[in-house]
Amino acid sequence: MTFPNAVALAGPELILAISALAMLAWGAFQARTTTLFTAAAVAALILAAVAAAFGPHGRAFSGGLIADAGSAFAKVVIYLASATAIPLGERWFARRGMARFEFPILVLLAALGMGMMVSAGDLISLYVSIELQSLALYILAAFHKDDEKSSEAGLKYFVLGALSSGILLYGASLVYGFAGSTRFEVIATAMSHGAGLGALFGLVFVIAGLAFKVSAAPFHMWTPDVYEGAPTPVVGFFAGAPKLAAMVLLARLLSQAFGDSVGQWRQILVVMALLSVAVGAFAGLAQSNLKRLWAYSSIAGIGYALVGLAAGGASGIQSMLMFMVLYVVDVTGFFACLAALSRGGKSMESIADFAGLVKERPALAISMTVFALSGIGLPPLSGLWGKYYVFKAAAGAGLAPVAIAALVGSVVAAFYYLRLIKVMWLDPSPGVTDAPPMEAKLVTYGAALFALPVVLIALIYLDPLAQAAAVALSAR
Amino acid sequence: MTGILSLTTYAPLIGVAAILLLRLVGKGDEARAASATRWIALATTLATFALSILLVMSFDRTQSGFQFTEDAVWFSGLHYHMGVDGISVLFLLLTAFLMPICVLASWKSIETRVIEYMIAFLVLESLVIGVFCALDLLVFYLFFEAQLIPMFLIIGIWGGKNRIYAAFKFFLYTLLGSVLMLVAVLAMISIAHTASIPELMRYHFAPGLQVWLWLAFFASFAVKMPMWPVHTWLPDAHVEAPTAGSVILAGILIKMGGYGFMRFSLPMFPIASHQFAPLVYALSVIAIVYTSLVAFRQTDMKKLIAYSSVAHMGFVTMAIFSGTLQGEQGALFQMLSHGVISGALFLCVGVVYDRMHTREIAFYGGLVNRMPIYAAVFMLFTMGNVGLPGTSGFVGEILTLTGTYGASTWTAIIATSGVILSAVYALTLYRRIVFGELINPALATIGDMGGREILVFAPLILATLVLGFQPGLVFSFTNASTVHLVDAFRAATGK
Repeated sequence: MTFPNAVALAGPELILAISALAMLAWGAFQARTTTLFTAAAVAALILAAVAAAFGPHGRAFSGGLIADAGSAFAKVVIYLASATAIPLGERWFARRGMARFEFPILVLLAALGMGMMVSAGDLISLYVSIELQSLALYILAAFHKDDEKSSEAGLKYFVLGALSSGILLYGASLVYGFAGSTRFEVIATAMSHGAGLGALFGLVFVIAGLAFKVSAAPFHMWTPDVYEGAPTPVVGFFAGAPKLAAMVLLARLLSQAFGDSVGQWRQILVVMALLSVAVGAFAGLAQSNLKRLWAYSSIAGIGYALVGLAAGGASGIQSMLMFMVLYVVDVTGFFACLAALSRGGKSMESIADFAGLVKERPALAISMTVFALSGIGLPPLSGLWGKYYVFKAAAGAGLAPVAIAALVGSVVAAFYYLRLIKVMWLDPSPGVTDAPPMEAKLVTYGAALFALPVVLIALIYLDPLAQAAAVALSAR
Repeated sequence: MTGILSLTTYAPLIGVAAILLLRLVGKGDEARAASATRWIALATTLATFALSILLVMSFDRTQSGFQFTEDAVWFSGLHYHMGVDGISVLFLLLTAFLMPICVLASWKSIETRVIEYMIAFLVLESLVIGVFCALDLLVFYLFFEAQLIPMFLIIGIWGGKNRIYAAFKFFLYTLLGSVLMLVAVLAMISIAHTASIPELMRYHFAPGLQVWLWLAFFASFAVKMPMWPVHTWLPDAHVEAPTAGSVILAGILIKMGGYGFMRFSLPMFPIASHQFAPLVYALSVIAIVYTSLVAFRQTDMKKLIAYSSVAHMGFVTMAIFSGTLQGEQGALFQMLSHGVISGALFLCVGVVYDRMHTREIAFYGGLVNRMPIYAAVFMLFTMGNVGLPGTSGFVGEILTLTGTYGASTWTAIIATSGVILSAVYALTLYRRIVFGELINPALATIGDMGGREILVFAPLILATLVLGFQPGLVFSFTNASTVHLVDAFRAATGK
């Protein structure tokens, strides 16, 4: 591996890192944010997405960075989701007089971290990329710094996140100790006769650390509080892309480093998956704040994705990828819709605020209905297709009882989605809402259109891409 | 004639597009928009009906296989695969037949959010037709499950006092059944490596597996049908739904349960179907006797008819799992006939409800004095419900009972009591509402049916009588496919 080759493989990362640093200098120089500044960040992300999609495949930096179909697939989604988050958040903060030039840079750094996560082929790059991503997200959560709840969210996220990073690092050191290497393929060779107790111990810690990042039960406690407190567009950002990144990382780690211990880690994933679905479904019933509600909905969503991952093999990973991609679009649209709505300058966050919305803002209310129905998993919306892949993989891997349990959980969860629909369609409106901003409307409509008709066509193209990605992620 | 099935399925959506376009172009005048919407909906449903007649006319009755098939590769091994056979083609016709009637019946009674209402109905029509045409397991699931959305809104927005409760109950009951079916669907796809319904019919699932798959499909279809003891959502949903919603629910939506049994349970899991037949017999007989008695005690007209629907569907389920030719033919006929008759009965309730805004049986009495035409129409459908010879109800009941008699004598004997019980509750209802003196002063000025209402009922009367006197018309369509179904079932179970 020559140096120019390695640079080519790390193309997207380099684009993002250089842009972030350059923009930091530029921002510090002009000391405020401008449209051009925001556009530059978006352009950097799109450029990185293009570089990821069409760049070369291979391994660089002695296996620390892997560029393959799997990382390319995930990176394109992550970068595009991040690019959507920048104008959404920027305008949202500007309307509240809190526009700061650090926002796009932090998103860029988070995207850089996420991109490195999906490319990580080594325990060290795994840890470093997670930390890069997390630190940017902690700050973003607390970005509304005059708001108590936002600061609280940032602090909570940071303290618990640091704890989980510690756990993850401890697990990684155990794995290193027992395998004698930090590289995934060497670990796999060392574990080819079955992982010993010590290495499994380490693996459990690593899984626990990653479970925290994706907010899978029983490591989900931080999620509702952080979602409630953090600024809405930021929540839309970190409810989507970072979870995809962490799930892809988990998939790669489990299949490339611990592929021979499927029997052991599958149990852990199944338990976490069912717990997540149950927590997401039952605890969601008691929520009156929509951001908290969607936090529980996302916990349940991760549960489904974990069912897919637990199925193992390329089909399991493919199902997880499909589920997560469709989920990212849904959740981005939902929080964009939430960011679009306000009444008298105040954000609308409780379910009661949405009463009669369908008369007031029919297009947004219908979009919201689409996201809710998609959450239930009703056909032909995108939510069903995520479940279709996941449960097909589960049924194929002999996990039909798990699939049944998870789907029954989805019926429980259906109640709270329906309640939201009922409130929007049937209850009388309490008052006039403010005119929704253009960029949030556009993202909402785009995501809603994707979830209802477009997905039926898009799947034809997404399916083979996700399959190629899954094959690459599961290959050793 | 390739493409006619898709055209028929999506024709209602063209109407939806037209309504939306109208809404976007012409802002302002609500009343005019509502009236234009009604006309568009009527025109669309009539056009769909015309298409379905064309379809039925060009249907080859001698073939048992699927006709007008369309097949296009979709993704991950799924196909957009459509086609009809003798079992499904008449359901398609029934759907397209009842829809214009529903639109007409809602002409005056729905005054709020007319645009949304008509859109919900047209979408529903499209989805129901899709269910009967789908030949890919997942496409079927798509159409089957998506109906929850418009139906939830129809009950929830335009329903009665307790509509929220009823809508939630309907939704969650049905969803629970369907997710179990979804798991079975996915398991079948991953085991047989195909989602094509005709191929799955030829695929032999292992007997042990059939049991689980059968149970999962049963969970969904039994709720839909509905069978005792999972029928409790139906009376609530019926009572709260607007009249046209009840017509669709009783006329078509619950028939999808029976259709599902004949399309999936019997041909794909014959051994399990044979094994579980006693269970189905028991549940059906309980449904027939018990819900008939429950119906007798109702004070709400719609609830009474809803319970009578559950009882009539009991005949259908027992006949389907009898696995005899008369049974299958009878079950199909009974479903079609019940679709017409129960729809008409709910419309009869709607006629007086629109005038008095109550469905309490005790409120009425002596209507014959003021409403002679109504009394005659209501009489005909009451008789149809009882199963009087000459109406379509008779043919269905006699065939289902004969078919079941061959398979399980005791079931047929007990079920026959349902015929008497149905006379008891239906005639009592009729007597209490129509006969006697007009005592309640509120009824003193009640008017008879108007031209629009007569227009609504005329096709239903015609259908009931034609089916009653000329049942062969139906059997000429269903014969080849049901013979094939029964032969395959017998071969698989070794009877």
